[in-house]
Amino acid sequence: MAKLQLNGKKISIKSNISIFDLLVKYKLTNKKIAVEHNGKIIPKTNYKKKKLKNNDKIEIVHFIGGG
Amino acid sequence: MFKNFLKIGNKKLKSRLIVGTGKYKSLSETAKAVKISGADMVTVAVRRVNIIDRKKPMLTDYLNPKKIIYLPNTAGCFNSQEALRTLRLAREMGGWKLVKLEVLGDKKTLYPNMIETIKSTKTLVKEGFKVMVYCTDDPILAKKLEDLGAIAIMPLASPIGSGLGIQNKTNISLIIKQSKVPVIIDAGIGTASDATIAMELGCDGVLINSAIANAKKPLLMAKAFKDAVISGRNSFLAGRMKKKYLASPSSPTKGII
Repeated sequence: MAKLQLNGKKISIKSNISIFDLLVKYKLTNKKIAVEHNGKIIPKTNYKKKKLKNNDKIEIVHFIGGG
Repeated sequence: MFKNFLKIGNKKLKSRLIVGTGKYKSLSETAKAVKISGADMVTVAVRRVNIIDRKKPMLTDYLNPKKIIYLPNTAGCFNSQEALRTLRLAREMGGWKLVKLEVLGDKKTLYPNMIETIKSTKTLVKEGFKVMVYCTDDPILAKKLEDLGAIAIMPLASPIGSGLGIQNKTNISLIIKQSKVPVIIDAGIGTASDATIAMELGCDGVLINSAIANAKKPLLMAKAFKDAVISGRNSFLAGRMKKKYLASPSSPTKGII
């Protein structure tokens, strides 16, 4: 198991899963989103390559209504 | 009636009204108001996905980004670092290069922090963004932004969400006269006539959010703004009559009985 911080919330995931796996878990694979991994934006093409480790900080953002 | 496109960067907009998508009661009301307003472009914010409640609807389910131009905005950012982070994320989300920069200086007035705004504009232009910039109504700073490569200048009419209308028409006119890029009034418009006044001054467009979303009947107000912007633009193009201090009769004086 690995502990992550996802959008400010602590979550536990299986070890060695990728960003893509995380997006599948949250049903976000075909949504307009962007992912930041420890402060660095991850290009879509690297979602499968990038494995998550203990204490990683992930931010997943999308567009919402705003002025 | 007239060829009246608003060109921003390589985008051609039929409507000179750009609307914000915040503050509505629901996403369905947002979508309806946008449709009625006739806007081709909407501003949107970048925020965390709700990972706890995944059933919550998303904006993209109601407003199709393929049909309407999303203009990612940095609302809520108080320094250059936050604004750059937001817009880089927006670009990653779907290739958005056309963005609105808004760096705020103070929570009470939401007045732009122009030092941070100028700094951010420089970086964004260097990174290939097409930046529309929210700014004060200072002609010198507006010129500076244009020189740095801003593709549209967006001076405030009055503080965001205040509904006070244009507070300094003289400055707005000076900015319009000097600018070679579109000038779009952003923030502070309170009601439809404020938008008409902005367009009559010669603004290329207006951006409205609170004035529609906070109206008692937002959908009717969306229609009012659509008409107000068209009227103001036509009035500007038509060229108003000269003001005189004394009366001039409308009917011929010859042949009076």
